Amino acid sequence: MTERLIELRDIAKSFGRVYALGGINLHVDKGEVVGLIGDNGAGKSTLIKILSGVLKPTSGEILVRGQQVTGWSAAKSREAGIETVFQDRALAVQQTIVTNIFMGRELSGFFGWLRVAEEEREARRLMREIGFTSRVFTPQSIVGQLSGGERQGVAIARAIYKQADLIILDEPTTALSLTETEKVFHFVRQVKASGRSIIFIGHNIYHVFDIADRFVVLDRGTVVLETTRAETASAEHLINFMQRVAHPVAASGAGSQ
Amino acid sequence: MIDIAETNQEKLGHETMGAEPHPAERPMRRLFLANRAWLGTLGVFVVMMAIFFVANPRVFSNWGLYASVLTTLPVALFLTVPLVYIVTAAEIDLSFPATMGFAAWIFALVVQAGYDPFLAIVAAIATGMALGLLVGSLVVYANLSSLVATLGMNFMLRGLILMLTQSKSIALVTLDQSLAYKIFSSQIFGVPVQILWALAFVFVCALLYNRHRFGVQVHVVGDNPDSANEMGVDVNRVRVKAFVFMGLGAALAGVFSTMINFTWWPTSGDGYLLPVLASVFVGGTPTWGGIGTVVGGGIGALIVSFIQTGVVGAGLSGFYVQFFNGLIIILSLIGHRWNQIRYR
Repeated sequence: MTERLIELRDIAKSFGRVYALGGINLHVDKGEVVGLIGDNGAGKSTLIKILSGVLKPTSGEILVRGQQVTGWSAAKSREAGIETVFQDRALAVQQTIVTNIFMGRELSGFFGWLRVAEEEREARRLMREIGFTSRVFTPQSIVGQLSGGERQGVAIARAIYKQADLIILDEPTTALSLTETEKVFHFVRQVKASGRSIIFIGHNIYHVFDIADRFVVLDRGTVVLETTRAETASAEHLINFMQRVAHPVAASGAGSQ
Repeated sequence: MIDIAETNQEKLGHETMGAEPHPAERPMRRLFLANRAWLGTLGVFVVMMAIFFVANPRVFSNWGLYASVLTTLPVALFLTVPLVYIVTAAEIDLSFPATMGFAAWIFALVVQAGYDPFLAIVAAIATGMALGLLVGSLVVYANLSSLVATLGMNFMLRGLILMLTQSKSIALVTLDQSLAYKIFSSQIFGVPVQILWALAFVFVCALLYNRHRFGVQVHVVGDNPDSANEMGVDVNRVRVKAFVFMGLGAALAGVFSTMINFTWWPTSGDGYLLPVLASVFVGGTPTWGGIGTVVGGGIGALIVSFIQTGVVGAGLSGFYVQFFNGLIIILSLIGHRWNQIRYR
């Protein structure tokens, strides 16, 4: 019996009169990689922001390890063992790597004074761990000096610091080079091998297909398909399905020819 | 594909292990890089004082000149340092002169009523922090522009003081016999004791800014509030705290200023608005938020305080003061622009 890590029940979110999500049911088990796919505006980012606590759902329930949570917030989400690598990476670019890694959970001791040496040691360890080490920067380097892939590295280092149970990667391979993308894939496999879970969001369905055990397709704020890797023949199968959902008339027209 | 990635990674790893430390890892260089903003400001101060000294060595080797600056400088320091926090948080506070006047008024009222000046100081600090909370909450929770909202609050609070006091000042004739006066406002071996308190304040604030949770959160909130929010930092709370901290500084400035003069005036604090703003930016804190320097702000206040004394002391008439004030501000800004790179 697999352990259920997080479960969303009937989550809806509206911004004024605009419905971004209408009743989403989603669950993630321990050690599982879930690929979340959908077109622009399908509600992926809104769903991620709800999971990471940045947005509060209009209605619905969130269960962590079977327990319903109240007063959901970004800080609570992180306490519950959910780490998110946001699409914009959520970095403060004028600050050092150390400051960014410990943003929102500074290591502080007596009266809130920072444990500076410990933070630096941990940052060094994390950077080495994810293989984003280089001679060109130190934990005290300013993030603004780093390349896109290196910034992604900082965001990922931050996500693995607390041995999180669930890591959400929002479009982690967008705007990355081939080798950098491979590094991200390697990281996902490492996390999965260590028995932790991942939600992988991607535009590139081939990327998601390569990496995920289970696929959830979103369209206009609802889950339109939920299927496992075993049930899916190929990435093309998924792409076809998405095209049918997104453009039902055009796709059926093309099919009849 | 995976194998390629792994070997690449190993290569990178080996390079790191074997290589000599990065130049920025060397202690001296690292110390310089971490402190370059305020070291630049210190350079400006040294050059400025050297010019003054050459212009009139007799006046500038006289201790009396320095003692007079060191008596008034603390007031500016108590205002400049918290304002560095506000600017780092990407906000601005123009209401601190009125907060200073208001807190000093409460101090004067409590002393006048015959209570111990220590109690009056506590009351003044509480008033300053409460006003900071009010201003901060207004800016943050009503989501107003801090530039305009604090400008409005400055007028409103000052107006309130003038209305309630009918613009009458309060003389505190017995203040110099109190213990609080001896501790906070006398002289030790010719050195005004205020400056020692102000330096201790700058030191603690510099530590708080660089090595405390609050300071780091002020940095990240000013740098990228969206990121800070996504990482679970309570952005609004940090912003309000910065305004409360400004209120604390304004209250201390008000108390010290009243103790120096033995009198509270309804206009107390008014003259500090522009010099203190100038001190923050001359000190090397940029306007866009996310970075700054507390020590630099302190040296900035020192520079601004010395310009007036210096220009007159160098033998020029008082009409030259404003021009040189402006010149130093512009030159410092150009210097800092050249010294700092802006990351976005």
